Amino acid sequence: MAALKQEISQLATLGRLNLTDEEEKKFAGDLQEILEFAEKINEVDTENIQPTYHALPLENVFRDDVCQPGPPIETVLKQAPASIDGYFSVPRVIDRE
Amino acid sequence: MNNQLSQLSLLELSQLLEAQEITAVELMETTVERYRQLDSDIKSFLYFDLDESLETAKKQDSLERKSALHGIPLAIKDNISRLGKPLTCSSKILAGHRPPYSATVVEKLEQAGGIFVGNTNMDEFAMGSSTETSAYQTTRNPWDLERVPGGSSGGSAAAVAAGIVPAALGSDTGGSIRQPAAFCGVVGFKPTYGRVSRYGLFPFASSLDQIGPIARTVSDVAFLTELLAGSDSRDSTSLDSPVPRYLEQLQPRAEGLTFGIPEEYFGEGVDSDVRQIIQQTIETLKQQGAEIKTVNLPHTKYAISTYYILATAEASSNLARYDGVQYGYRADEPDDLIDMYSRTRAEGFGPEVKRRIMLGTFVLSSGYYEAYYGKAQKLRTLIKQDFDRVYEECDLLLTPTTPSTAFKLGEKIDDPVQMYLSDILTASTNLAGLPAISIPVGQDSKQLPVGAQLIGPALSEQTVLNAAFMLEKQSQWDAKIAPVQA
Amino acid sequence: MVDDVVIGLEVHVQLQTQSKLFCGCSTKFGDNPNANTCPVCLGWPGTLPVLNKKALEYGILASLALNCKINQKIKFDRKNYYYPDLPKAYQISQYDLPLAEHGTVKFNHDGESCAVGIERLHLEEDAGKLVHSSVSRESYVDYNRSGTPLAEIVTKPELTSPERAESFLRTLKKQMEYLDVSDCNMDEGSLRCDANISIRRDDGSLGTKAEIKNMNSFKAVRKALSYEVLRQRKLLSRGQRVVQETRLWDETTEQTKSMRSKEEAHDYRYFPEPDLVPVRIDKKWQQEIGFKLPELPDKKFNRFLDEYQLTEEAARTLTDSRPLADFFEQAIKPDVSAKTVGNLIISDVKRELNERGWDIGQVALTPAALTSVASLLEENLISSNVGSELIAELVESGGDPREIVEQRGLKQISSEDQLSSVILQVVSENPDAVADIRGGKNQAIGFLVGQVMQKTGGQADPGTAQKLLREEIL
Ligand SMILES: [Mg+2]
Ligand SMILES: [Zn+2]
Repeated sequence: MAALKQEISQLATLGRLNLTDEEEKKFAGDLQEILEFAEKINEVDTENIQPTYHALPLENVFRDDVCQPGPPIETVLKQAPASIDGYFSVPRVIDRE
Repeated sequence: MNNQLSQLSLLELSQLLEAQEITAVELMETTVERYRQLDSDIKSFLYFDLDESLETAKKQDSLERKSALHGIPLAIKDNISRLGKPLTCSSKILAGHRPPYSATVVEKLEQAGGIFVGNTNMDEFAMGSSTETSAYQTTRNPWDLERVPGGSSGGSAAAVAAGIVPAALGSDTGGSIRQPAAFCGVVGFKPTYGRVSRYGLFPFASSLDQIGPIARTVSDVAFLTELLAGSDSRDSTSLDSPVPRYLEQLQPRAEGLTFGIPEEYFGEGVDSDVRQIIQQTIETLKQQGAEIKTVNLPHTKYAISTYYILATAEASSNLARYDGVQYGYRADEPDDLIDMYSRTRAEGFGPEVKRRIMLGTFVLSSGYYEAYYGKAQKLRTLIKQDFDRVYEECDLLLTPTTPSTAFKLGEKIDDPVQMYLSDILTASTNLAGLPAISIPVGQDSKQLPVGAQLIGPALSEQTVLNAAFMLEKQSQWDAKIAPVQA
Repeated sequence: MVDDVVIGLEVHVQLQTQSKLFCGCSTKFGDNPNANTCPVCLGWPGTLPVLNKKALEYGILASLALNCKINQKIKFDRKNYYYPDLPKAYQISQYDLPLAEHGTVKFNHDGESCAVGIERLHLEEDAGKLVHSSVSRESYVDYNRSGTPLAEIVTKPELTSPERAESFLRTLKKQMEYLDVSDCNMDEGSLRCDANISIRRDDGSLGTKAEIKNMNSFKAVRKALSYEVLRQRKLLSRGQRVVQETRLWDETTEQTKSMRSKEEAHDYRYFPEPDLVPVRIDKKWQQEIGFKLPELPDKKFNRFLDEYQLTEEAARTLTDSRPLADFFEQAIKPDVSAKTVGNLIISDVKRELNERGWDIGQVALTPAALTSVASLLEENLISSNVGSELIAELVESGGDPREIVEQRGLKQISSEDQLSSVILQVVSENPDAVADIRGGKNQAIGFLVGQVMQKTGGQADPGTAQKLLREEIL
């Protein structure tokens, strides 16, 4: 887990969190402790075990291709931090990453 | 009148309304009064719609009664959507936010005539076991104001325990209904995953979250579960199976049932007081003709690790959308897009949420996915299989809900691992999707409530409720309301 | 240098459902910004996706047409990344259990039959659209397209030239249109294409690949890939290396440009979407959908050759699009020849379409009216000139050709009696031309026929006129 400290800032970038140096240090310690605890699961042999993504075995849930209009966009735009002419507005996007 | 009404259960109040001995407005006035008297100390509500609640009560009085819920004041956890009403998940990132739609459960209870009076405090985005991670206020346990109410539905449990409202809605991802219910001496029920629609519940971990009721009696909980349950075309994960009349079929019953007592739930982490009271509960069950069997759920010791890996992974994705584009908080004067995202989220989220986003991002990231997330999904299978196996030889499991009674404010907040261990007896049932209830069965030496947990197989809500009803009738527990004074 | 180019395409096809993939919003193009949105496709917290069955069935249909193996059990996954057009900060897509895999598409390139393997076809939701302000440092987001169903089709890296890549893409587009699962309108973004391209090294191993985006037309695909082949060859010949990166095609400069990308590596952190349940596609369901599979372009082409005795070129033109082929077949009746109908479409109808930039669905001309024009021609009642003019008018405003011909007296004059006076007049008015003809300059007859046509307002049958002129002069 020694590598974790260096990865903290990359994780923060992935999660879009602007962390202070102090926070980075704190989270590196916390995560290390939590992961050391969590690593207990490695004791278990899961060689032939299937993963469980859903607790219950539901399948094939669909909706029909029918249009149902949503609420007026004004109610939504009203709450936006910035909007103009029916659009949401954000700082200029330069290039697609 | 005031304090008498606060002592009554939802169904008792309903009878008074039905018999026209009180009006919805009178009931609402006492609710408002009690809120004013107590909540400056307890701080269970983030906000309370004083005027609108009275207005709605007046309207309900003028209408024909729709159901036993007609005119009953209810509280709702701050993560369940109501059209046009404030909702923050106790986070700064959602300050000022008003959802443009209502949750399915809100539509159902409002159609039945229930009146939501306001939103209750919770751990930020339901991440916590003490309600201390709320960005807005610290809720106190009505049994001891120096102690936590549990979490994350701490505000709902405290409001019900203090007699402000007879019932409230909570959500349970790893014990967030049952643990605060146990700490506050009330009844909290997490139905089978998929039994109640999640549409409108702001997600923490989608594959584990479930909405459920908190009230002071098993009958109230049975009644509310009946109203909440049912399939919903807006939730692909909701179960399409008929909803029994839980209240009508409620009978105190343990006879002929086999109760499994899982050894792993009575380990060294469990306080002796708690252990002793649960032991008494087992004796009660025996006296009522139940068969008791010691059973094993060998993968229990991995449940917390499994739970925290899966829950944080899902959460890191569910909380990614709070980015300042469409709603909620946006950082001032961003330099560019990345700066807007990163500062909005850094300034909007509290430390526990950030910690879990970091953890969840880590366990999904390339190179670690298989070792953590992939492995945990397999452990989830093993944990589920443990339950399947024991339900071949018993009908229900009886355990303590929590290893200890309510702890002191601030006691665990700086130690994430210790805090995470608060969910040790509750998280497995979320991983397996099973129904589980917590009911108060006694008090420890500090006079704090102790909760017993009953866990059943999928869709065994009626059996769970019946056994809980029996325990409620037989237990020493008679103080329905916390001894909190204005 | 032969076959050293290695191209793989990723094609996004918008499936033409009425409502979006996971909510009831309309998929209509061109409405006011954010008009077709709801809390679900805006990614509002607490909302949940529910899968549109039609989109899945369209996906299955497309998979069958691409000769893919349909997976019996599929699931959806979340692809996590931040971008303002992605409202949940994740895209619901498919990762390790896609709808279908292992297909092949045969296509014709310059008379050569080619084939390319299809790696996979999966379903996913589309993102919204960004508009960049020209005056301020802002971008604007429109989520109307957010949640629109897409089929992403990934080919194996088996296309060996930019031109072949284009031919494949044209074939794919035609197939999707035939299936009626997409309108494939490239201008509206209903069909979008990215490419991976690399040059094979001398030792046979694959070179470093570049990913090319933003190619919005067939021409752009061909040009961008050709540019990229040259660029990579030049680098390699200088002993430099190709950098693995994403490059954008710039339509105006006709160059690919490296996208300034951050140091951060992509890590989409895919994991199974917990809000959706898996889908099981059993054999029976697959068969039911298979029955709906229409005749595909290749088969139709061969049938047109056999059944209607068309030339290869005519059959190819007529099977170019399914609506055109359908129009043709609807216009064929026992009393007219398929050849006449086909020729009318290929020469006259197509010309009118090209002039207007229309497709066959937009014309006022009905197949029955086309049949009438064909039979008027075959009965020798109108001249081919009148036929062309009729088609032009019918395409624009419709009507019954026989009535129009009757009302305006457009019938061809082929009776010798009716023409003889005009013939005499033309002969007397053009002594020079007559002399030329008598002197053996046969081509002058064309001039005289033209004069007859002019005097009869185009109604004379040119064949009869020529015959009568010859009789009169010689
Ligand atoms: Mg894609
Ligand atoms: Zn929508």
